[in-house]
Amino acid sequence: MSDVVEKTLTALPSLLSLDSHPGSAKLSSTSKLGNLIRGITELTSKHEEEKLIQHELLAIKEQVSSPNTTMRQMKELMVRSIYCEMLGYEASFSYIHAIKLAQQGTVLEKRVGYLAVSLFLNESHELLLLLVNTVLKDLQSTNLIEVCMALTVVSQMFPKDMIPAILPLVEEKLNHPKEIIRRKAVLALYKFYLIAPNQVQHIHNKFRKALCDKDPGVMTASLHIYLQMIQENPEAYKDLTPSFVTILKQVVGGKLPMDFNYHTVPAPWLQIQLLRILSLLGKNDQSTSEVMYEVLDESLQRAEMNHNITYAILYECVKCIYTIHPKSDLLEKAAKCIGNFVLSPKINLKYLGLKALTYVVQQDPKLALQHQMTIIECLDHPDLIIKRETLELLFRITNGQNVTVIVEKMLEFLCISEDDHTTIDLVGKVAELAEKYPLKYNEWFIETMNTVFSLGGDMMQPDIPNSFLKLLSEGFDSVEEDRKLRLFAVNSYIPLLRGEPGKLPQRFLQVISWVLGEYSHLREDLEPAEVLSLLAKLLDMKNSSSETKSWVLMAMTKLCKGGADASVTQEVSETYSSSLDTVLRQRAHELQYLSQDPELRARVLPRGAKPETLEVDSSLSFLDRFVSEALAAGAAPYKPPHQRQEELDQSKALSLEPYGLSLPISMSSCSITDRQSPTLLSMSSGLSGDTLKLDGIKRVWGREGYLAQREPVEEAAQVEVPSPIQSPGRQGEGDSLHSQTPTQTPTPEPEQEKQQLASSLFVGLASQSSVSLMGKSEPMPQRFRRKAKGQGLGSSFIANEQISSSLISPPSAVDNLLCNNLLDSNNASELAEQTSQLSQSLTTANGTCHAEAELTESDTKGCNPALRRDNCVVAAGPGPHNDPGRLTEVCLDSYLPAELSGLSHSEIAPLCANQSLNLSACHVQKEDSLILVVFIMNSSESAIQQIPAGEVTSYSVAVGQYSLTVKRPAVHVEVVGTVSYQLPAGTSQSLQFSYKVPLTSFIRPFVVSTEEYGTMWLSFSHDTKQNLTLINDNQEPLTATLNALKKKLQLHVVEVIGMEGIVACRLLQDLPCLMHCRVNAGWLAVWLRSPVPDLPDCLIYHCQRALQSL
Amino acid sequence: MIKAILIFNNHGKPRLIRFYQYFAEDMQQQIIRETFHLVSKRDDNVCNFLEGGSLIGGSDYKLIYRHYATLYFVFCVDSSESELGILDLIQVSCSFVFVETLDKCFENVCELDLIFHMDKVHYILQEVVMGGMVLETNMNEIVAQVEVQNRMEKSEGGLSAAPARAVSAVKNMNLPEIPRNINIGDINIKVPSLSPF
Repeated sequence: MSDVVEKTLTALPSLLSLDSHPGSAKLSSTSKLGNLIRGITELTSKHEEEKLIQHELLAIKEQVSSPNTTMRQMKELMVRSIYCEMLGYEASFSYIHAIKLAQQGTVLEKRVGYLAVSLFLNESHELLLLLVNTVLKDLQSTNLIEVCMALTVVSQMFPKDMIPAILPLVEEKLNHPKEIIRRKAVLALYKFYLIAPNQVQHIHNKFRKALCDKDPGVMTASLHIYLQMIQENPEAYKDLTPSFVTILKQVVGGKLPMDFNYHTVPAPWLQIQLLRILSLLGKNDQSTSEVMYEVLDESLQRAEMNHNITYAILYECVKCIYTIHPKSDLLEKAAKCIGNFVLSPKINLKYLGLKALTYVVQQDPKLALQHQMTIIECLDHPDLIIKRETLELLFRITNGQNVTVIVEKMLEFLCISEDDHTTIDLVGKVAELAEKYPLKYNEWFIETMNTVFSLGGDMMQPDIPNSFLKLLSEGFDSVEEDRKLRLFAVNSYIPLLRGEPGKLPQRFLQVISWVLGEYSHLREDLEPAEVLSLLAKLLDMKNSSSETKSWVLMAMTKLCKGGADASVTQEVSETYSSSLDTVLRQRAHELQYLSQDPELRARVLPRGAKPETLEVDSSLSFLDRFVSEALAAGAAPYKPPHQRQEELDQSKALSLEPYGLSLPISMSSCSITDRQSPTLLSMSSGLSGDTLKLDGIKRVWGREGYLAQREPVEEAAQVEVPSPIQSPGRQGEGDSLHSQTPTQTPTPEPEQEKQQLASSLFVGLASQSSVSLMGKSEPMPQRFRRKAKGQGLGSSFIANEQISSSLISPPSAVDNLLCNNLLDSNNASELAEQTSQLSQSLTTANGTCHAEAELTESDTKGCNPALRRDNCVVAAGPGPHNDPGRLTEVCLDSYLPAELSGLSHSEIAPLCANQSLNLSACHVQKEDSLILVVFIMNSSESAIQQIPAGEVTSYSVAVGQYSLTVKRPAVHVEVVGTVSYQLPAGTSQSLQFSYKVPLTSFIRPFVVSTEEYGTMWLSFSHDTKQNLTLINDNQEPLTATLNALKKKLQLHVVEVIGMEGIVACRLLQDLPCLMHCRVNAGWLAVWLRSPVPDLPDCLIYHCQRALQSL
Repeated sequence: MIKAILIFNNHGKPRLIRFYQYFAEDMQQQIIRETFHLVSKRDDNVCNFLEGGSLIGGSDYKLIYRHYATLYFVFCVDSSESELGILDLIQVSCSFVFVETLDKCFENVCELDLIFHMDKVHYILQEVVMGGMVLETNMNEIVAQVEVQNRMEKSEGGLSAAPARAVSAVKNMNLPEIPRNINIGDINIKVPSLSPF
């Protein structure tokens, strides 16, 4: 044994007999703390204690603030304040003095000061900043004790922001000759790592040095850091495995100094730490695990079962063996060890044995079988903790055969458990088991759940009753079984309600009322009137919460049939229709109306509706008509908050432009033009006039609504392929538009916006295909269908909310719109802005300065129809770099420019034609651009002069190519252009076309690392969330789905981790969009984020389409 | 990590409280009360581990405690600590507290000695557990540290601090075997019948 031990051993006897009155020897009679403590012990009531302490605190306060108090006295005062604080009395006045003491005192006083500071303050306390300087000074001190104290206080608490100030000094201490300083420095750095990992990143190699320190104490301290870091990222530290193994081998082999022995076990805490690290490293990694087999074996053998601490090591060893890649002979030994634990008469070991079994049993259920008798004994153990642990073990080995017994045991335990935490946990487990194996034991299931509800009370997780009701309503395969199950539930609830329902928890009452409302008709001998009166009784109970009451009212709504029950329902609905609680009032009104109108009730709450088709129309599309009516009546469309904010910011700037013509006038002038020249122009203005409205609809009801709306709309847009032939048909529409416009926006528009609208119309690059008048009428049937579905669900509890909102929403929607009207400027301007932006970007992309110049001109002169046409022609006309091929063949493929011919292009679609020209187009996806290729074929006999450049001879083809970019994303991007040309006769003519490109053509994969993804994710502001269907045809639905999306949409899958995946893409040129996918309850929960508004919405639409088309 | 060390007596009066994670003052008192409530219900022949009350943070937290005479020593730890390891750490630290600070063996220990030397107890604990981490389990090292500090005190204050002496006593002591009827010294303590709540 070491010297110290021997010395102390010899000194011990004399010391033990030193004095027989140790207490008195130590307590100076004048000690004020002593007096205080003595005073307190003599008191008899809490009240007196309070009085005494308050008095004491006053005295302390007076003294600490007196200038005459010496540091020495201050030290004594601090100890007294610490004592008072410990008892729960605040002594905040002394905090500043504690800091002062640490600053100014001698070493001993400093020590008290630091102690008081570390007990009084916390990391975010503002006074702590005052300590920073003191710590800095002490870290530089030559007195070891001062350095130690400073390091200690730093590792207890230190303001995060001030770490950089002292970090170099602490780092320096890693090289200090004294090991105690090095050790404390390592722990201080560990603390820094915990609170601000970024700031110590650069010193990771110093941690390695600490691990190799010659002093085992320093090495032990560094293991704290490694345990933490390996927990976070085991992969990065695999290379250290051999080092850890070597260290453990040396420790186990007794190479450490004897000082480290504890009960003859060498450095047990160090061993525990190392075993934990090894198990983290070896998890799921065969080659790493193989390195450690030998040392684990040795640890198992060396640990003789003689003391607690060896058991601690063994326990860690066993856990490690079962965590790493398995090796059979080690497993065998470990299993034997667990046996020793479980069979031990020492209760602590038994507890750990059960814990180990629980941990192990999933891999090796046989082990539990071996110890079944012990487990049974433990079940009846007087110690609740042991019982609880046993139940945990049983929970893991539950199967179809033993479930009833195990659940029974758990319920027994629940009855005696007093701890809320345990109850909540256990109730959840019972419910999980009961739902997992309900099939064979209908009655058992209901009875168990009843016990769960009554025992778990209102503490349990809210999803338990929800999933119970879901199970009940969805049923299983057999209709007869379902009926029996429900009937049994009803049968079991009726007596409960007849008894003393006041004792049942609220959640249970809610479940009961739902079940009775849905299924009480299954019991034929039961009169609805009786159920109604039972339910009505619940309403009268004092302790019913208003939530319960609304459940009851809902149930009554389902049950009332008029006639005999009318009086009960009438009374109830009258009572609650004046309730202060709006939900209750709502329910009461529903009850009143539906009970009087059986037909409506049957439609709204059909009996026996199946909730499988649970589909909430989150787009609220059933309100479309209402919204469009409101819009037509002059309400402003909804704008998402970010857009509103942007506009608000814009409007804050002074507008120097004078107010121009009001929009209605410009709109009507547009439509007049339309009538005169029934070409695309009219259509595009009609389109945008309408876009404006339906766009608004989409926005009013949120992003989710988007998709359901789009589909029909898009088809409608396709019908409107612009060509002069269709123009007569257009006219009527133009008319109707015309008649609408005057009422639309009575607000005066700033001139600029109006001009933008005009120019956007005439440059002819419509922003999106999104909507048209036709689109409005088409979704109707679908909408009805959806609504009907919602009503079918009305009887299920979730959908009930939905339907009620549909019942009450009209007034609120009006509110909304009015509100928007006040808040927002008109949507027309927004659209105008949008389109003009788009058109500008497109023109710029053309690469012809000429076109761009022309465009600006058209901007200013946008109001003049005549001018407009001309400009438009130029803007959209082929640029000078055209590549006119001169061939008469109609096979347009061969006209593709040479540099594009190798790339995949979309089908070449005819755009429009007249007697002299045929226009076709396709788009080609290049790696970082999208090229629109327009084929202009002269089908006439004479050459045609193009404006501004080029000549297309008879029966030849001119090809123009334009690179497209998108500034404002839309589901489809529509490019509208005009070709204007001159026949030899000299008459100038023009031909309009439009071409639609899906947004997906602009999407390119975006290659980023996970880290970059993380930082980007946080910085993007626009997001949307949606559930998508998963592809379920193989084992890995997530990967399969992501791959499908990747293939269809050109996304880049960044990483897939377990049930989550992250995906990135960009919209040409460089507008990123990030996508986070998570598998959740059979759905793929997708969350998109992007810096570009609308991009997430549009993309999710395409994702949905892509998945649907599979 | 160790979240808190609580020492209170059989009546729930706190004797030494050290939190390594921040809790507001009233929360601390509530934790002490609840912990006492949980621990005091338990017999001496049941296991020394408790699944944490919901207060300190649910099932990830454990209470590991020992009951010596009139005092409960409770460590609140998270799942990264070994149960048995902590149990022995409690034994080590309180042996030190008694043997080192108070110059006496367990036979003579009394609860009041502990509070009269509250600051010293804190210093010793600081050497064993630093910022929630187990710093030193090498007995000699702790003794050396405490000794340095005591020497300092001696030179300054005249109170005769005792040299370290009981390393082996600590190393080989098995506390549970020590008789429980402890001589309370010469102070006549009226057991306070304060209701702690």
